[in-house]
Amino acid sequence: MPKAKVTFEDIGVTITVPAGTRLIEVSERVGAAITYGCREGECGTCLTQVVSGGEHLADPSVLEDQVLKDMFAPRGHRLACQAQVLDGDVVVKPA
Amino acid sequence: MSTSPAPAARIQPGRAVEIADGVHWVGVLDPALRSFDIVLSTANGTTYNSYVVRGEKGVAVIDTVKEAFAPEFFKRLESVCSYDEITTIVINHLEPDHSGALPELMKRAPQAHVYLSSRAPMMFKALLKSTDVTPSAFTLVKTGSSLDLGGRTLAFYQTPFLHWPDTQCTYVPELALLFSGDVFGCHFCDNRLFNDKVGDFRFSFEYYYAHIMRPFRQHVLTGLELLEPLELQLIAPAHGPVLRQNPRHYVQRYRELAEGRLDDQVVGEKTLLIFYISAYGATRRMAEAIAQGAEEEEGVRVSLYDLEVGDVSPFIDLIETADGIAIGSPTINGDATKPVWDLLSSLHTIHVRGKLGAAFGSFGWSGEAVAMMEDRLKGLRLHLPFDGLRLKLVPTEEELAQCQELGRKLARHLTTPPDALFAEAA
Repeated sequence: MPKAKVTFEDIGVTITVPAGTRLIEVSERVGAAITYGCREGECGTCLTQVVSGGEHLADPSVLEDQVLKDMFAPRGHRLACQAQVLDGDVVVKPA
Repeated sequence: MSTSPAPAARIQPGRAVEIADGVHWVGVLDPALRSFDIVLSTANGTTYNSYVVRGEKGVAVIDTVKEAFAPEFFKRLESVCSYDEITTIVINHLEPDHSGALPELMKRAPQAHVYLSSRAPMMFKALLKSTDVTPSAFTLVKTGSSLDLGGRTLAFYQTPFLHWPDTQCTYVPELALLFSGDVFGCHFCDNRLFNDKVGDFRFSFEYYYAHIMRPFRQHVLTGLELLEPLELQLIAPAHGPVLRQNPRHYVQRYRELAEGRLDDQVVGEKTLLIFYISAYGATRRMAEAIAQGAEEEEGVRVSLYDLEVGDVSPFIDLIETADGIAIGSPTINGDATKPVWDLLSSLHTIHVRGKLGAAFGSFGWSGEAVAMMEDRLKGLRLHLPFDGLRLKLVPTEEELAQCQELGRKLARHLTTPPDALFAEAA
């Protein structure tokens, strides 16, 4: 199974995870400061800045895209509860 | 002849109170409130604090009040400015007790530009959807953003999750004045307004922190990193007294409250807390066996507690800094026991998400308690990688060995690096 490396810039931790893992699952396990609410892509609480490697995340769904628009989220931001890592290196931090 | 000191000035109806040069309090008092947001008791009410900052180029209103108090707020606001002078509205936090009068203020001062945290737009839209006000001119700000009112700067500091995603503080550097929103606030109503004049509000300050800020302890520490370097002559929170005497004391107190209690005691080890209650000793024996198994793992500090002692509050403190918890209850009349629910219903005041969790218990008839406790732990977003253990009546040696194995698995999970856990899951 493909693997990806996710780095949480706020706590300086890098972790290798299987493809398909959502950012919030990784964040929760390593104790990064990404706080979530509904965990279903609706409330926008887990807005996360993708510092680099955004191309290694699965594209946002229509729902996530709409929430990001409603939040006026700047480019390079994703909802951690929705964004799944695919491969390569991804660096993120709380928005 | 000695003279009595002048009585402390009191807030007068319809009159603003100057708190700094060109800055007025225009909030309202709610002395009759006894319960805030259903879950907080307020021994003597609260205040909804709003402020006006007058610069050479404009006038800013910082926060508003709960909708029911809007008429009093507007009367007080009108005592220091006219609506057409208002150039700026800053909302540090969009919860209804601070934004209730915002739609009406936007109608009365349509030229005013609204400044919100960059995390606030969805809430702003939701706030206005039931009104006839459309969110026209607003700007999203974050740490580093500022605006010039002419001799008075408003500098923004984003403090997410203190205690909503949108919360921010607004700082006036010329006056070393921090409009801190809910941070450093408390539910305490006293019409002498200033912290050096009001009655003793220490319990309210601590109570407010414990219920509003404590669930976001890590975010409090992050926010303090941002606010501690500021020079502070005055802290003007959104609830309770204006802090003009020794304002830094309150910042220091937040740091003391937010820093972990056990962190200094259990350095480099993981902590597993096992709670149980037992009618005939069977669930207790399960708890002891789980503890015994867990203790075999190096690097895990295991503690065992009987919930029958009653008061769960000391356990809340322990759970806050623990890495994992296991809870055991017998099933009585198809349910877990009350002391267990007392504990589980008190965990919303601390951060428990992502901690390791497990449930266990002995039963006589049907044994629903374990699944019910697991549902609650999952609802609180604890991580439950192992099925709970439910055993009928008195555990056998073989069953106690299963308990020990659960203890070992829990402890091993705590000491396994996250990479390896993901690899196992894959």
